[in-house]
Amino acid sequence: MERILLKDVDIPNLCEIDVYIDSGGYKALEKALKMTPKEVIEEVKRSRLVGRGGAAFPTGLKWEFTRKEKDEPKFLVCNADEGEPGTFKDRVLMKNNPHLLVEAMVIGGYAIGANKGVIYIRGEYFEEIGRLNKAIKEAREKGYIGEGILGSGFSYELQVYRGAGAYVCGEESALFESLEGGRGCARERPPFPAQYGFMGKPTAINNVETLCNVPAIINNGGEWYSRIGSPASPGTKFFCLSGHVNKPGVYELPTGITLRELIEEYGGGVKGEFKASLPGGVSSSLVTDTDVKLDYKSVADAGSMLGSGAVIVINSSTSIVDVAKSCIEFFVRESCGQCVPCREGTRRANEILGRFAGGKGKVEDIDLLLELGEVMYDTARCGLGQAAMNATISAIKMFKDEFMGRVES
Amino acid sequence: MKSEGLRHAWKPKVDGIIRELGKTRNALLPCLEAVQQEAGCIPQEAITYLRETIEVPSVDIYGVITFYGMLTTEKQGKYVIRVCDSLPCYLNGSREIIEALEDELGMNGRDTTPDGMFTLERVACLGLCDKAPAMIINEEIHGDLNAEKVRGIIGMKKKEECGWKGYY
Repeated sequence: MERILLKDVDIPNLCEIDVYIDSGGYKALEKALKMTPKEVIEEVKRSRLVGRGGAAFPTGLKWEFTRKEKDEPKFLVCNADEGEPGTFKDRVLMKNNPHLLVEAMVIGGYAIGANKGVIYIRGEYFEEIGRLNKAIKEAREKGYIGEGILGSGFSYELQVYRGAGAYVCGEESALFESLEGGRGCARERPPFPAQYGFMGKPTAINNVETLCNVPAIINNGGEWYSRIGSPASPGTKFFCLSGHVNKPGVYELPTGITLRELIEEYGGGVKGEFKASLPGGVSSSLVTDTDVKLDYKSVADAGSMLGSGAVIVINSSTSIVDVAKSCIEFFVRESCGQCVPCREGTRRANEILGRFAGGKGKVEDIDLLLELGEVMYDTARCGLGQAAMNATISAIKMFKDEFMGRVES
Repeated sequence: MKSEGLRHAWKPKVDGIIRELGKTRNALLPCLEAVQQEAGCIPQEAITYLRETIEVPSVDIYGVITFYGMLTTEKQGKYVIRVCDSLPCYLNGSREIIEALEDELGMNGRDTTPDGMFTLERVACLGLCDKAPAMIINEEIHGDLNAEKVRGIIGMKKKEECGWKGYY
């Protein structure tokens, strides 16, 4: 199976710069610096790479929008605030191959016209923070970061910024607030980051996995990349398999493999009997059809979302009511509290689901939960509140009898 | 006030961060993280020092502290145990792990043990879902847990402590 991002992870000491260079590292940066920024962006556009953080926005377009803005300075920010329950893919990259991200961040900065890059990483990733800082230091010593990189006129600084334990900071505008030293509360959008991002300046913000695809695209060409995996959203995708599976882990596979293939061929099968899966973490809706193809469009057509690729498998001995309760508890804790639909909605939903979990549900509360979910989807300020009820609503629609079974008689 | 601040181990680190990032609000979160790491909490002196040095109102500093899960004004234990309670760990028995921890540490609804040794926090996903159920103790990762394993780990920590402090 062809791997792009994880192709070299088995090389010992890959996080040391000499080993990385020996395995072909920083070649893409050398090549990119001989191209014009516009050509770099064109190559990424040709690859049809879309964002791997969850929103699946075309990366090349995002870079082009930022490049075209007149305001200066510009910033490139890497969103490494991986926090969606079930997601642990960016950790694998940063821990095993930090230079890949550093190289991608320099190329990205060159493409959009930014002289400063920031990697915002979650505070609990202690080891990864250390490895990235070391990688940046090594890259600076070798002249891949700093003034006039590799004899070009391009200068670039890169910095790691630690989060401090707030899931919502993975939402890009909340992340900017956090970078600026504030509470991580989402901003109104528009304006979008390309116009008004970090410090109110044009900013491109990309997920770790997305960025790490860029060196291979520069080396092999966008055309090559666009032929891998599903034509609708090409390339490989990291699937984080967890829950009731025998071999949980991160698997880099072409987009478009089926859920069944992922679980059976890579995950060693279900522990117990398959009941349902959340293909995009606790923010996504349940799917019960294992023939669903794991690419953005197919999962969306099945009524869910692929998101960051956090595939959580649930077996038949698990109560779906308890799953919904566990999901909503996460959102109660992580809601930033600034908008009423999310702050109050998650709490009320948690109370109601708590009653069902305790066998004291009311029949009319089922409709109330559905209505609450609709209101939150329509009115919450950011993606956190909009997605908070996805798991619950799909649980009610697919397993209504389990909720009825928890109604107080 | 400033001379008193010198006694604190966090101060050189904070000054270093401010030198690097400048006297701007952007330095606030890294400074608070450094204080938390050095002192096990954010003491009032640190808030006063930051207010004066980077000129951010105290109310905003409190706002930031209360927003982030890893920052607190309450003194934390020597060992901060963060146990994951999100869905992948829940499906693999995190509730049993939490019960075992509460029992083994004798938490009785407290966050920190009376001897100031252990703080127990239920946290959202730690990105260790392939090792579920999982927890971290300070920066140390522990995965594929069961109740017995948890009791063993806590027992070891207690034993290490009794060597130099005479506890337990």
